[in-house]
Amino acid sequence: MRRGVLLPGALLGLGTVVVAILAVRFGSSPFSNAEFLAVLSGGGSEWDRYVLWELRVPRMLMGILVGGGLALAGAVFQALLRNPLAEPYILGISGGAAAGAVGVLALGLASVTSWLLPAAAFGGALVAIALVFGVASSADRRLDVRVLLLSGVVVGAFFSACIALILALSDAPTMREAILWMMGSLSGASWRTVAIVAAYTLPAALLLLTLARSLNVMAIGEETASYLGTEVEQTKRVAYGVASLIAAAGVAFSGVIGFVGLVVPHTVRLLTGPDHRTLLPLSFIAGAGFLVLADLGARTLLSPTEIPIGVITAFVGVPFFLILLRRSLRG
Amino acid sequence: MKLSASSVTARYPGQSVPALDGVSMEVPSGTLYAVLGPNGSGKSTLMKAVLGTVPLVSGSIAIDGRRLEEWTRKELARKVGAVGQQESVAFPITVRELVAMGRYPHLGPLRPVRTEDRRAIDAALERCDAIRLADREVGTLSGGEFQRVRVARALAQEPRALILDEPTASLDIRHEMEILRLLRRSADEGITVLLITHHLNLAARFADRLLLMSCGQVAAEGSAEEVLVEETLERVYGWPVSVRADPETGTPRVTPKS
Repeated sequence: MRRGVLLPGALLGLGTVVVAILAVRFGSSPFSNAEFLAVLSGGGSEWDRYVLWELRVPRMLMGILVGGGLALAGAVFQALLRNPLAEPYILGISGGAAAGAVGVLALGLASVTSWLLPAAAFGGALVAIALVFGVASSADRRLDVRVLLLSGVVVGAFFSACIALILALSDAPTMREAILWMMGSLSGASWRTVAIVAAYTLPAALLLLTLARSLNVMAIGEETASYLGTEVEQTKRVAYGVASLIAAAGVAFSGVIGFVGLVVPHTVRLLTGPDHRTLLPLSFIAGAGFLVLADLGARTLLSPTEIPIGVITAFVGVPFFLILLRRSLRG
Repeated sequence: MKLSASSVTARYPGQSVPALDGVSMEVPSGTLYAVLGPNGSGKSTLMKAVLGTVPLVSGSIAIDGRRLEEWTRKELARKVGAVGQQESVAFPITVRELVAMGRYPHLGPLRPVRTEDRRAIDAALERCDAIRLADREVGTLSGGEFQRVRVARALAQEPRALILDEPTASLDIRHEMEILRLLRRSADEGITVLLITHHLNLAARFADRLLLMSCGQVAAEGSAEEVLVEETLERVYGWPVSVRADPETGTPRVTPKS
């Protein structure tokens, strides 16, 4: 069952911890090592303390939650839909969220209260989830994953059309703001938003981990899975609902961050095999480390300009994944 | 362990003709019971009905004397191993990992695989002549090897009953005979075996009882001599046949006429 899981697992965990420390150590406002240690031990200037504890630490934690959540949700969607191309946004969640967010931006309501934008994005994601679920479970009261995939893609396309319409009717600054939001960013992270996302993501992640064995057998087909004692319909509903909520919470507070949910689970699968009991937790850890690292790059590479984090995840994730894929094909 | 169906009717959504139309069947404990019939006659649906994966319009299924609805999926999987007609593996896994999934009904969500599980896995691989395939990736197996591995997975469940849908469909004669002998031996050891197959002659030779289906109904049931009758077969299959005793085995042998 386990092909050398311990070493890759330990390395991934260690890597994520190192990345998390680097992420709070470096940024556009530089610390010396002495200052960094001083702030960590409760000293330092008030500004430095503010930068570390109110900006960088919440942002790093948000990266861990969102990156880990997206990678975990991606792994679950790939097993559920039995499709290696699946990722957390494939079922229209990003489309719904973005439509909600872009609508708020276009109406100029984003500045009214800081809660409106994430609330609209989350609401949009929920509408998409409910629509897709409703269509896919209407036949015979069973959740048909092929219909799930199809209706997800179609619902996503519909929301894309809504976004295109809103953008076409917007002025240039709104359009820029909307496009930047859609590319994703962790810059809005605060302790309050971290607490909300954590309250969603952590229990949901634990629940998904208990499905690991069921997902293992679902990967060889629903019929066989039920012959092996899996409550297939229940597993599908829980997996779809919970993984969707994780993705929705992430997208509401940090926009549409691509590639994490697609590339990380595949990378972990290539490293440690397809057993979901290791794949799910390691995907969370690797996704967390990867997104925090990508955010560090986004903040520092062209400082003071911030690069959209989705660009970094694609620039780093895609070549890395392709190299790994080539190596695994060579055997 | 006894399997029984009484007046089972099942209909797929959107179909006007039921896939099963009042089918009754008694599979006594420790028998090898073969279900025969043309394509689309309801054999696979009967298997799914017994396993509770198609909803019934009417009638009932009992397993070990207990109504099917009273079993949880997990309880059922500890007692009944099943091999469906087809399956495909979505992600690359090894043969041993696939066979190890037969242990899932015996494990909780977190309980690790123990020595007794490993022993069951090895024994199942051994019995299906698949031990040397253990470390191969499932995607690299031939059709026949894959079938043997799937039967091994069902055996790893350590079931009291086995239900198999054409398990020898793509096997060469040696592996086909080995699987049938394995099923025969399992039945002799007290495991109830429900075998869906197109091979009338092998069913006649190995099975204790036969059930012949036609258009969702039972056309004939009984011993090979009772079921494999020329007029019945010609009516059910729509093709002229001759039935003679096989000189080698003495059991009925069906030969389609040209």
